[in-house]
Amino acid sequence: MTTLDFTTHTVPLDGKAKISAKNVNLWYGEKQALHNINLEVGENQVTALIGPSGCGKSTFLRCLNRMNDTITSCRIQGDIRIDGDDIYAQALDVVHLRARVGMVFQKPNPFPKSIFENVAYGPRLHGLAESKDHMEHIVKSSLERAGLWKEVSDRLQSPGTGLSGGQQQRLCIARAIAVSPEVILMDEPCSALDPIATAKIEELIDELRENFTIAIVTHSMQQAARVSQRTAFFHLGVLVENGPTEGIFTNPVDKRTQDYVTGRFG
Amino acid sequence: MTDVAGKFTVEPFSASAEKRERFNRLLKKRYAAEARFKMWGIVAVSVAVVFLVLLLGSILLQGASAFSTTKVELELYLDPAVIDPQGTKDPQTIASADYNQILRASMSKLFPEVQGRRERRDMMSLLSSGAAYEVAGHVRDNPDLIGQTIRFEVLTDDLVDMLRKGYIERNVPEADRKLNDFQLGIYDKLVATGALGGAFNTELITTGDSREPENAGLWGAVVGSFLTLVVTLGIAFPLGVMAAVYLEEFAPKNRITDMIEVNINNLAAVPSIVFGLLGLAVFLNFFGMPRSAPVVGGLVLALQALPIIIIASRAAIKAVPPSIREAALGMGASPLQTVMHHTLPLSMPGMLTGAILGMAHALGETAPLLMIGMVAFIVDIPSGFSSPATVLPVQIYLWADSPERAFVEKTSAAIIVLLLFLISMNAIAIYLRKKFERKW
Amino acid sequence: MAATHTVSAFDAELNALKTKVLRMGGIAEANVAAAVQAVMRRDKALAERTITSDQRIDVFDSEISELVTRLLALRQPMAIDLRFIVGTLKIATDLERIGDYAKNIAKRTTAIGTAVPTQPMHAIPRMGEMVLSMVKDVLDALSNEDVEKAVAVRDRDAILDELYNSVFRELLTYMMEDPRTITGCTHLLFIAKNLERIGDHATNMAEAVYYIVTGNRMYNDRPKADVTAEITDPSQIA
Repeated sequence: MTTLDFTTHTVPLDGKAKISAKNVNLWYGEKQALHNINLEVGENQVTALIGPSGCGKSTFLRCLNRMNDTITSCRIQGDIRIDGDDIYAQALDVVHLRARVGMVFQKPNPFPKSIFENVAYGPRLHGLAESKDHMEHIVKSSLERAGLWKEVSDRLQSPGTGLSGGQQQRLCIARAIAVSPEVILMDEPCSALDPIATAKIEELIDELRENFTIAIVTHSMQQAARVSQRTAFFHLGVLVENGPTEGIFTNPVDKRTQDYVTGRFG
Repeated sequence: MTDVAGKFTVEPFSASAEKRERFNRLLKKRYAAEARFKMWGIVAVSVAVVFLVLLLGSILLQGASAFSTTKVELELYLDPAVIDPQGTKDPQTIASADYNQILRASMSKLFPEVQGRRERRDMMSLLSSGAAYEVAGHVRDNPDLIGQTIRFEVLTDDLVDMLRKGYIERNVPEADRKLNDFQLGIYDKLVATGALGGAFNTELITTGDSREPENAGLWGAVVGSFLTLVVTLGIAFPLGVMAAVYLEEFAPKNRITDMIEVNINNLAAVPSIVFGLLGLAVFLNFFGMPRSAPVVGGLVLALQALPIIIIASRAAIKAVPPSIREAALGMGASPLQTVMHHTLPLSMPGMLTGAILGMAHALGETAPLLMIGMVAFIVDIPSGFSSPATVLPVQIYLWADSPERAFVEKTSAAIIVLLLFLISMNAIAIYLRKKFERKW
Repeated sequence: MAATHTVSAFDAELNALKTKVLRMGGIAEANVAAAVQAVMRRDKALAERTITSDQRIDVFDSEISELVTRLLALRQPMAIDLRFIVGTLKIATDLERIGDYAKNIAKRTTAIGTAVPTQPMHAIPRMGEMVLSMVKDVLDALSNEDVEKAVAVRDRDAILDELYNSVFRELLTYMMEDPRTITGCTHLLFIAKNLERIGDHATNMAEAVYYIVTGNRMYNDRPKADVTAEITDPSQIA
């Protein structure tokens, strides 16, 4: 392998940054997975992270709610702030962080419990509901916001795993928003879904943008183009280009971005 | 490259008749190989089934007769002068009276023609040596019967039982027979009057061990096995599950945990007698725990079942999809909450399977228990975890070793009981497993 | 488009599109040249051939539209590919218009007759040559992704416009002097106007090439030298 090109082209964010990452480096054991990442995620925007497999986009996403903590060989350096709070500070509790930063995963992974219990899990964990009625309200409104209420209102007690793939993923989104996070991270949320279910999720993402800041990792450039306002392109652990989605897909600055979005890699 | 490609062109098999024929030949060969493989599989399964049927059949055939016993109904005059001359009604006095005298009187009344001392002794030896205790127990429990004449069934000697079941040949010379002609005569008369007959062998299931085959029972061993298994399960299951959870979910992945893992796997393969020696050295000699006690047996068997449970539990935990764990962590659950809320409940069915395996193993184990003295001859039903006890497989071993003809069928009967014990244990575990599974 | 696509069929289709556009451009270029020549020589046969040849351009145009639609639907092109595909669609439209203008010029061969002043007739071939070089250069620019050439074409449009202005004034003067020349001069005026329009389309194409290659718009305030739209009173003509 030739030497890495560490240049980053950034079109500055106009508007408020919700998350700002500065000089983030990350190692898995001896191997460096992220090289000096500087990225801002705008408030109430959808920021798409794209790039080939193993480029570090998922790794970076997982830095934002410290899911990488569970990997013992993982070492991280740099500064990541949400609304100015350093999320890797000693004083900050990771449970607190994850209540602020929800996550939706690649494979729909509802708990093998009832639909109600799935959504109620987070609020129960963090003690958000004051009464049974309050909990029911939280569950209902979360399912409504996830666009699932109409489909499941008559079978809240049936298992969440019995839903279709797309419904399961929306259930996972409902579960994530039930604790009223500020940020929702999505790690390829549609990769296991059919186009109609994907379209529903994309529509949902667009609606959620009003209340949440969303960062989404996706392998589908079309999806990134459809749902995001800003796009960040990662390659070999380097943030190559970061700017408004339109610019990335019509007129990328960097040759690597150009090659990737036009399908000239490999 | 190009000339090679030019030399070897691949033609489709339909290109020529010759090729097609060769293709069909290969195809036929393939199907034949498949059919042969299937046949061998069926043969293997059939052999296994035949062996199983033979084994179970022979045990059932031999053991079934042990569930019936031979009793004789006698008219007993409960003479107050013999039982309770002072009229104290004290249970102790009543129980310790000479009931053999009453039995003798009854038999004499039945057979007044028997006069000789020797004949009388032969006649009385047809009754079980425990018969007097049976009567004593009955009278002690019902003191109002004293002074009355009651009809009471007492056990016969095991030789009479064998005779009735046809295991003693009548047409061999008297000297080679365990029962002489006189005794056969008495037996035939008793049968003729209808006093002597078969009955369900409640003794086998309700009493402890005995030197007399007609009095020997399994209950002591069943209770001993149960108590031992309770100790084993109580220790091995929580320990095994905790160890598995720690190793899978919390332990750092380094050389030490690797070594522990290898050692646990090796431990599962250690011969059971070694665990017995360990128990002898550590629990009995070092800690001074009681000999022959279920608590020690349970501890030793727990040591043996532990690796099996750990391995099965780890496999069950590994089988829980990581996505569930991620989901819980992503919601802000702590690692412990993740384990308690999701991993453990989801892996519980698998863990229970491991526990069933371990327990079944432990139930059938004999060797380590021999080392800690559970092979002793114990008549009493164990009353607690520290009282002397024996277990079913050891009981089988002991009976199989006994010279009396009657113990042959008893051994098979004990095996049947052991198997029933195993089956019911597994049934309970499978039921529990299904219940857990359905909850999700 | 240095590296090749992972999906080689995509490359093949993009090349096919490029080839089609360039061939269409070649035909349009030839038609313009032929039309101008036909007018100059009053060659009716050549004019006829030119008019018939325009059908080929129209066929190319519809083929290119189809290919572009197909590429957009099946390949979901991004960045340079997207710009190239959209740009060629625009260029094809421009070329189709150029073809129409050439046809229109050729049609006037008969009508123009002989009653035409010779002086302004010299301006037509000059305009024709200029327009041809613009069309040729813009096609070269597309073929070689040559931005500078495209910018040069755009800049030349101003000169063409100047030329057209002078022809306009000249013809107007002739018509005022001798009303018998009005028919001929009007035709010449239309021919000049058509050539000027071809130049505008060449400029459009140059802008499209610029966008394809750079991703940016050529700045919008392109020099406009055609002032004839503002002339109302013949006395204004100096």
